Amino acid sequence: MHKKIKSAIVAMAMAVVLPGAATAADGALKSIADAGVLKVAVPQDFPPFGSVGADMTAQGYDVDMAALIANDLGVAVEIVPVASTNRIPYLTTGKVDLVISSLGKNAEREAVIDFSDAYAPFFNGVFGPADIEVSDAAGLSGKTVGVTRGSIEDLELTKIAPADADIKRYEDNNGTISAFLSGQVDLVATGNVVAAAIIERNPPKKPEPKFLIKNSPCYVGLNKEEPAFQAKVNEIIAVAKTDGRLEAISQKWLGISLPADL
Amino acid sequence: MAYKFDFSTILPYWDMLLHGIVLTTELTVIGAVFGVALGTLGAWARSAKTPVISPIVGIYVELIRNTPFLVQLFFIFFGLPALGVRMGEFEAAVLAMVVNLGAYSTEIIRAGIQSIPRGQIEAAASLAMNRVQIFRYVVILPALKKIWPALSSQIVIVMLGSSVCSQIAAEELTFAANYIQSRNFRAFEVYFVVAGLYLVMSIVLRWLLKKIGNRMFERRRHV
Repeated sequence: MHKKIKSAIVAMAMAVVLPGAATAADGALKSIADAGVLKVAVPQDFPPFGSVGADMTAQGYDVDMAALIANDLGVAVEIVPVASTNRIPYLTTGKVDLVISSLGKNAEREAVIDFSDAYAPFFNGVFGPADIEVSDAAGLSGKTVGVTRGSIEDLELTKIAPADADIKRYEDNNGTISAFLSGQVDLVATGNVVAAAIIERNPPKKPEPKFLIKNSPCYVGLNKEEPAFQAKVNEIIAVAKTDGRLEAISQKWLGISLPADL
Repeated sequence: MAYKFDFSTILPYWDMLLHGIVLTTELTVIGAVFGVALGTLGAWARSAKTPVISPIVGIYVELIRNTPFLVQLFFIFFGLPALGVRMGEFEAAVLAMVVNLGAYSTEIIRAGIQSIPRGQIEAAASLAMNRVQIFRYVVILPALKKIWPALSSQIVIVMLGSSVCSQIAAEELTFAANYIQSRNFRAFEVYFVVAGLYLVMSIVLRWLLKKIGNRMFERRRHV
């Protein structure tokens, strides 16, 4: 009798402590169905994709997307707000099942995690006030550019910027925005939505687009070696694209229609 | 444990780590020298009980000791530009560290000064030493000697606290760690290595401070 209780406790403890182990053995789809909940990392500080609303709950494009996928999987959704620098560690350490966190695709990340099909439009570039004339990467020479460390803009800008461009890397987007608004940097390399959010606040210096760094739509990030899970997520995204639900999310948060090539 | 360590992914970034160590050292040395100097002045002003200056120093000490270092740093770096005072991340980091250490060392050194027996100061006065001589030979040196271990610890804390300066893009050791981690996603290895580097730097700093203390407070005989 005691033995039974003991082993039950041990099994429960294992289930709590080792969710990653269960995932590896049975496949993510089954472990999510068993748990009845889909844990999704969303941005905590990246409106309109993910931010904390007036009622203290997470809201945004990525939060709606997470709810949509959980709905189609027939499970509840658990939103886990994370900073953009640790969203991939959250996934690789098994703290979440999916990363829906305005995640762009690149070779470094593809070495660590897998991606779904694109679910949101996103492009980034260098933005700055009208009185600074820059039209390409070479024009950044001698200028200071703020960027969020580890972001796709950071990785790209590090490659294309001339050696004498001064790139200042901040912890998160709030740091980058503050640096621009307080004049600590001349320009910022960031996404269209961030620039739009700055313009919305009516700053003295409006960040106008200077040049495009990369058109990089957002993908859902999932752990490697989960082909069934990946196919299922792709299927849900494809359906949502045609039945108008994704279009509605895009209109709600970005104010634009889904681009035809997404 | 299924985790496989792979430290080779850090090797290509050795120059960033080295640069980080250099900058952390620079921040610490400048911060410590000016911070302790500011603390000595503050302690003197507070224990002298001058009507206007002592309360001002008191407010400064309470303000700094009761607010987080990160907030002080953001105040200087992101806040002051609104008043037209703009400085780069290195200057802002140094200023924040000096101001911070200044407040803490004011209290530490003041404790040392207060431990000097009144009779010792009166004896010096009766030997016709002037106020500056008394402060230098009879008050501050024995006071510093007494509180040197506490002051050394505070300087080490400030060095470790400089890691926060990565938040305003000062490219010190923690910035290097965060940068590398954002490129190779090897968080465990990177922070493992950087924690080791901080540990070594702390031990070296403590050893140096001990040497400086021995040198400064050794008994001097004036013949």
